[in-house]
Amino acid sequence: MDSFILKIEKFIEIFIEYKGYTKVLEGLKNTLIIAILGLLIGIVIGILIATVRVIPKYKLLPRILNAICGLYVNLFRGAPMVVQLLVFYYVLMPLLGLHMTGVQVAIIVFGINSGAYISEIMRSGIQSVDQGQMEAGRAVGLSFGTTMLKIVIPQAVKNILPTLGNEFIALIKETSVVSFVGAADLYVAFNYIGSNSYEFMVPYLVMAIIYILLVLIISLFVKLLERSLGKSDRRN
Amino acid sequence: MIDVINLEKHFGDNKVLNGINITIEKGDIMVVIGPSGSGKSTFLRCLNCMEDPTGGEIIFNGENIADMKVDINKHRQHMGMVFQHFNLFNNKTVMQNIMLAPVHVQCKQLSKAKKQNAWRKFANLFRKTKLELNEITTTKKDIIDSAREKAESLLKSIGLFDKADVYPSTLSGGQKQRVAIVRALAMNPDVILFDEPTSALDPEMVGEVLDLMKKLASDGMTMVIVTHEMGFAREVANKVIFIDEGQILESGTPDEFFNHPSNPRLKDFLSKVL
Repeated sequence: MDSFILKIEKFIEIFIEYKGYTKVLEGLKNTLIIAILGLLIGIVIGILIATVRVIPKYKLLPRILNAICGLYVNLFRGAPMVVQLLVFYYVLMPLLGLHMTGVQVAIIVFGINSGAYISEIMRSGIQSVDQGQMEAGRAVGLSFGTTMLKIVIPQAVKNILPTLGNEFIALIKETSVVSFVGAADLYVAFNYIGSNSYEFMVPYLVMAIIYILLVLIISLFVKLLERSLGKSDRRN
Repeated sequence: MIDVINLEKHFGDNKVLNGINITIEKGDIMVVIGPSGSGKSTFLRCLNCMEDPTGGEIIFNGENIADMKVDINKHRQHMGMVFQHFNLFNNKTVMQNIMLAPVHVQCKQLSKAKKQNAWRKFANLFRKTKLELNEITTTKKDIIDSAREKAESLLKSIGLFDKADVYPSTLSGGQKQRVAIVRALAMNPDVILFDEPTSALDPEMVGEVLDLMKKLASDGMTMVIVTHEMGFAREVANKVIFIDEGQILESGTPDEFFNHPSNPRLKDFLSKVL
């Protein structure tokens, strides 16, 4: 027990006196930036793909687009995030002659990857709205697009938003691998503290606590969101 | 008003409709009956191209709407439809449910006319013979006001005016279905298609919906009704058709149909349901 207290003291010493906290704040900032921007890019991509996937496929062009989007989704859901990061950083960037920092790479790869997942979230959210709603809209003479925008999507949002919150949580957790391409996230910060004190027990424990707190806070927001969305159904 | 010529519908290899020929005149109350799986609902849904027919023609107001090139939305505005499961818009209040389509359609026409005018004004600068501008007599506000007025009077006529601002999830089945009928009426349709309107209702609520339909019938509305309510068919319809295996096996007035059926399959069917 004494040794544990000693370890904590050592950790606090490095954390405060040797400015370890600046590293941690930097890492926290990068973690959040990658997750938030990745989510935003993912939402844009997700909307585009989900649109293609739900429009009727009588004509050739929607069919081709649908096939492309299907390929995209399968490709980016098929490989782990780490592998995608490494391929982008060590294969694509040299081939294309790009120069980007680790954080930029992480944002792009997280965006592309989460786009694949978010498109599926949105597609299933839209398809979970009763088919009859679309039929009723078409039956009174509204077009497919109008019915989608005015009737189906407002109802689908209720299913989509909470799941999107969960996707954000997943992204935050996945950021712990971005150090593979040299982005300084929380893991890098605590690893730095650990290697300076030759003592990893407390830093990694604190890291775990920070991740858990972060996720708890966000899931609290998701829960509140869910509750307030559910209400609109029961207004009298 | 609607001429159905040799209508066919296949789902893959499954032939649901096999050459249906029927004419629906203005003011007709046509009831379609048949055993389940006979294709009667599919027939009704083909009439407004909810299901695209595989073959044949549907001539509505002089145009073949089975043709994929026709703007089907324009024609559907003149054909109301009432569903078995009501299908009220869950995210809209009762009032918004009724007003949505009329307001949207008219506003779209208005903005189209305005756009055309703007273009013509510009193009007229370079023309010798000036093109005439579209006459714009309404504003968006007028459209909304008149739609609201109409919706209010329709709601009053079914005694649900006090429910105007509630969401459909709080209504009973019978109330939902009456609102759905009124929603179809708000577009001033030439014909209303009913797809088993009372099948999903509690028995005590069937009456109020049938009463509303009877009222519509006596107002001269053209109606095509798929139903299992034989009593209603006998009382209100002026034409009854029996569909089985995708074909019309018998059609006639309710009297001939129920009292002197000639087709053996219809006799068998009636003996089971009456």
